[in-house]
Amino acid sequence: MNSWVAIIAASAAVFSWKYLGHLVPRKFLESKFLQKLAGFLTIALLAGLVGVQTFSGKNPSTGAHEVVFDARFLALIVAMVLLKLRFPFLVIVVAAAATAALLRLAF
Amino acid sequence: MTNSAGKVSNVALSVGIATGVYGISFGALSVTAGFDIWQTIALSVLMFSGGSQFAFVAVGFSDLATAVTSAWLVGVRNGFYALSLAPIIETKGIRKIFAAQLTIDETAAVSTSRHTLEEQRKGFWLTGISVFVFWNLATVIGALLGQQIGDPETFGLDAAAAAALFALVWPRIQKSAGAIIASTAIIASVLFSLVLPSGPPVLLGALCAVVVGFMLNRGKHE
Repeated sequence: MNSWVAIIAASAAVFSWKYLGHLVPRKFLESKFLQKLAGFLTIALLAGLVGVQTFSGKNPSTGAHEVVFDARFLALIVAMVLLKLRFPFLVIVVAAAATAALLRLAF
Repeated sequence: MTNSAGKVSNVALSVGIATGVYGISFGALSVTAGFDIWQTIALSVLMFSGGSQFAFVAVGFSDLATAVTSAWLVGVRNGFYALSLAPIIETKGIRKIFAAQLTIDETAAVSTSRHTLEEQRKGFWLTGISVFVFWNLATVIGALLGQQIGDPETFGLDAAAAAALFALVWPRIQKSAGAIIASTAIIASVLFSLVLPSGPPVLLGALCAVVVGFMLNRGKHE
């Protein structure tokens, strides 16, 4: 496969999901069930993504996937504490980055 | 301030910058994988979905057909975001195409973190435009600098991206049902990630969490 063909095909494939979701008729979206489903899915997908971004790692010697508790985990704890204390969004994001960066610098 | 996250335009800008910085690493990674600068830019403009783009270049030239399939699988979740965004955005014709292209993790997250329809709509468009601009600018910078730039993880940018998404889901997990759904999704996705390549773990984890969510919901009505 030519690399440009692959890029266009993959982009179209990714776009098809985005567009299909927007094409679902309003009639269906008005159903209580589907509204709940879409709402639950959004929270679940974003949370799952945060989970994988935070806890998934690779064993440096074997290359196997494993659960890790490292600087990313502590950064998320810091973010959670600041969220509880109602700090602004930007402060939370910067604090999380700083926590991870400093921990990596120290160890 | 009615929302701990702050003004929607500020949030949109912050999310754009935080995500954008990650675009630098995409640009660098893509040229390192052997794609030229125009192909790298095309991926960011046309595919415009970070997870899918990283999956695509990670497989890259070693197997282009698998690269396409991986990008496609990682992109499924955008379709689910579209389901909850469509009634909020209410677009027709050409605007629907733009709305679809901007339907990604960040726009769904900002929109879902707001409490009024107007703020949700504004959150979607402002975040979409902000992320699109910063993501593509960053891609160009990353592609030009290539391997000269260091690892974004040195600056904790991976943690920043996760914290940003987490902060946006936060208002929705203050009730016990939301918290249980989110916790289930985190645990299940991480477990699936031990045995499956990127993409499917988050989808499967979310499906488990949704089943749990509906079980809780049924218990409440009976």
